[in-house]
Amino acid sequence: MPNGFADAAQLRAEMPLFTGPNWDFGSLRRVNDAIERIAFDELGLDIYPVQIEVITSEQMLDAYSSVGLPLMYHHWSFGKRFAYHETLYRKGLQGLAYEIVINSNPVICYIMEENSMTMQTLVIAHAAFGHNHFFKNNYLFRQWTDADGILDYLSFARDYVSKCEERYGLEAVERVLDAAHALKEHGVNRYAHRSRPNLAEEQRRTDERRAHEEATYNDLWRTVPQLSKDEEGTEASEKQKEELRSQLGLPEENLLYFIEKRAPRLEDWQRELIRIVRNVSQYFYPQKQLQLMNEGCATFVHYEIMNRLHDKGLITEGSMLEFLHSHSSVVFQPGFDDPRFSGFNPYALGFAMMSDIRRMCEKPTPEDHEYFPEIAGCGDPFGVLRHAWANYRDESFVLQYLSPAVIRHFKIFQIADDSSKPSLRVEAIHDEVGYRRVRSALSKQYDLSRREPDIQVVDVDLTGDRCLILAHYVHDGVLLDEKTCRSVLRYAAFLWGYAVKLLEIEAATDKTLKTYEAAVEPA
Amino acid sequence: MNIVDRRPNPKGKSLSNRQRFLGRARVEVKSAVQEALRKRKVADVEHGEKVAIPTRGISEPIFHHNRRTGKTDHVIPGNKEYVRGDEIPRPTGGEGQGGREGSPDGSGEDAFEFTLTREEFLDMFFEDLELPDLVKKSLKDTTAVDLQRAGYTVTGTPSNLSVPRTLRNSMGRRIALRRPKLSEIEAAQQALEEARTAGDEAEIDRLTREFERLERRSKIIPYIDPIDVRYRRFDRVPKPNTEAVMFCLMDVSGSMTEAMKDLAKRFFMLLHVFLTRRYRHVDVVFIRHTSTAEEVDEETFFYSRETGGTVVSTALEKMLEIARARYPMDRWNIYGAQASDGDNYGADSSRCVSLLGGEVLPLCQYFAYVEVGDGMGGSLTGLSRDSDLWRAYSEVAPAHPHFAMRRVGDPAQIFTVFHELFAKGGVRA
Repeated sequence: MPNGFADAAQLRAEMPLFTGPNWDFGSLRRVNDAIERIAFDELGLDIYPVQIEVITSEQMLDAYSSVGLPLMYHHWSFGKRFAYHETLYRKGLQGLAYEIVINSNPVICYIMEENSMTMQTLVIAHAAFGHNHFFKNNYLFRQWTDADGILDYLSFARDYVSKCEERYGLEAVERVLDAAHALKEHGVNRYAHRSRPNLAEEQRRTDERRAHEEATYNDLWRTVPQLSKDEEGTEASEKQKEELRSQLGLPEENLLYFIEKRAPRLEDWQRELIRIVRNVSQYFYPQKQLQLMNEGCATFVHYEIMNRLHDKGLITEGSMLEFLHSHSSVVFQPGFDDPRFSGFNPYALGFAMMSDIRRMCEKPTPEDHEYFPEIAGCGDPFGVLRHAWANYRDESFVLQYLSPAVIRHFKIFQIADDSSKPSLRVEAIHDEVGYRRVRSALSKQYDLSRREPDIQVVDVDLTGDRCLILAHYVHDGVLLDEKTCRSVLRYAAFLWGYAVKLLEIEAATDKTLKTYEAAVEPA
Repeated sequence: MNIVDRRPNPKGKSLSNRQRFLGRARVEVKSAVQEALRKRKVADVEHGEKVAIPTRGISEPIFHHNRRTGKTDHVIPGNKEYVRGDEIPRPTGGEGQGGREGSPDGSGEDAFEFTLTREEFLDMFFEDLELPDLVKKSLKDTTAVDLQRAGYTVTGTPSNLSVPRTLRNSMGRRIALRRPKLSEIEAAQQALEEARTAGDEAEIDRLTREFERLERRSKIIPYIDPIDVRYRRFDRVPKPNTEAVMFCLMDVSGSMTEAMKDLAKRFFMLLHVFLTRRYRHVDVVFIRHTSTAEEVDEETFFYSRETGGTVVSTALEKMLEIARARYPMDRWNIYGAQASDGDNYGADSSRCVSLLGGEVLPLCQYFAYVEVGDGMGGSLTGLSRDSDLWRAYSEVAPAHPHFAMRRVGDPAQIFTVFHELFAKGGVRA
């Protein structure tokens, strides 16, 4: 680098926190302190304590393979993931993430030793502050993720799995884990369970009910004609079955939970393994619904912080340019016809939406007043954003805040794909008539319950062959992929111990479209 | 904020997962390795290899929607030309379908590609090969033993006395039994002297008794007691013979073409890699011969050109000479590999047979004879005419199970031949 250039760059920053690309622990600390002042005093962020861990690229690959968690039980699929990422990385097809951040208390933030000091600054702002604030405040994380306990639980899980391996053999453990992994997307509670009433509560409710019956007793009802005998019989047996089902807690959408609790032939340790898979899956459940917001929040925060550091003269022009280069490649959104296209880039869309919220708060246009009367021109962008970060998930965030300006910016359009027709149809584009349709369609695209098949345990034939009956509720005629469905059912049958049947039921008409069945394979 | 430097943490955290994965995909990986070997050059046999295996055994299925059924909406960016109501022909690929990222869960992929390390690759390659008679040799060598430290003992020769351990015991005992230190005795003596000069009788009496008590105690409690003494203990462990020497014998006379030499070279290299995996130390001796034999370095061996007649026995003699001089049989595992086009000076073949059968083979763990052809595939050998040397060696082979002979016509056969030679469960020519 020509010397004069470097000098000029340094001159502009009055008291840079660092110069040159190399980082050291002192400058990490200085940068962190400077960011902390901005984050707390100016942006009003609220974060968990942070632990920054410096790692090598190989350790980063390790972290990739255990799905970003610092420790994980052993399973071949993690080895496969490692091999996959390693090959891509060594071939140069894929760079590594600059950071990985773990939603625990304290938040653990991995940074790579290869990063330049500017990148480390960016990463600290992005992960240790952006993601961190989001982890601590978003309602889904607060409801579902036990940030204090996750690391302890994982270490328990790892030890438990290896103890089982010692005792029952690698293969036996692997079979259970394989099967449980196949169902892990259906091993989450989507709603918090109602707490079971205790005895006193139950007593009180019975009393209340009786009192109500006594108070409303009317002899007139006795004269109403009764059902004939055999009608009553079928109704009674129906009722009995219904009773049985409700005792089993059916219908149940958490397949792993049901199997763990009810499968007739599992050993205790197998149930515990299923439980481990289920708990890990549950930990990731909010993450899947918050990708757009989480990345958007972190990207918005790092952009804001880096600019403010620059305004205060704490980083040099050179660093700022390096940052902008990296930032713009992070928020790059290729169009649908670009070979690089693979869906919406959560960084790009999230960042654009949040920046637009800020613009609307500060410099609203007449259009914004029409679409967002409650925030347009309110002058408190960070208050609005903090509210959004805390109380929305991807689906509701898009539905609430996707503005016409952002739709126009990305030229978003909606096409309908009806498999019975030979061609696709453009339903809505980025114009006056289309904004609202595009917005609600995109929001649906982020809705996890639509992205993942809606599968529930509906019945168990307890009096007969103990067959477990699952139902896939088909919406808009979208069926399951046949090949994977059959293999997953085989796994399910292994766990259940008896045959498993899956019915594809059209949700609107209750008509059964297709039936799969899997018997237990001899071990 | 807290900064932790995790870089010094032990590497290979996911190693056990990787082993599990390789174990799971063993069959597929193995066939991929064989496939890869057919294509690669011997020169890079030692490198890792990128292998692609079918996803069958390692797929992780989950329920997912079949995108070709029902009605779905796609919301995507980058509209350039479309307006509402446009009909677009259905793209054949996944374009515009909210494409799934190339995912590690293997769905929709035909092959899973990853890189094996050199170690893993060679493990797979040599997995079902073994060195014949390896065990026999190490049993025969019971004379070679190694001494290994094995704690301490209370008996032993003075040369094995462990001074630190002995003194440690002694010190512990002295402290426990309160043996007076030399300085304490001296102090008592000095105090006694002072009292004597002062002339205080009662004090002199008390100090004298004290002094005597200390003196006596230090005599009763020895500085080093036999029970303190410890000797270093050694176990005699039979030492496996981990040294091997490999003799590469090659005919470099005019009749050997470059292609033949290349074949021979490939064979020698494979053998070398194989031996280095079994033995800690492998020496290689290159002997080339025309009508005379000489020991040369690797470069000369493979690349220099010679002309002249062919007398194979000279090479065998040279090998014997070197083995006797430098590689005594009780310390070295001796391997021989000979490559030739099969030509020999007429009268020499019988001498070769007697040399080989009588002297060379008894010396060797294993001796392989590879007859290289000119790359014309099967026609070079077989039906028409066996070479002089081949016919001669055929006499020796039946009596010696550790002698093997094979013909190689083109590079593709090298691996197969090598596999045949070292396949587990016995070698037969």
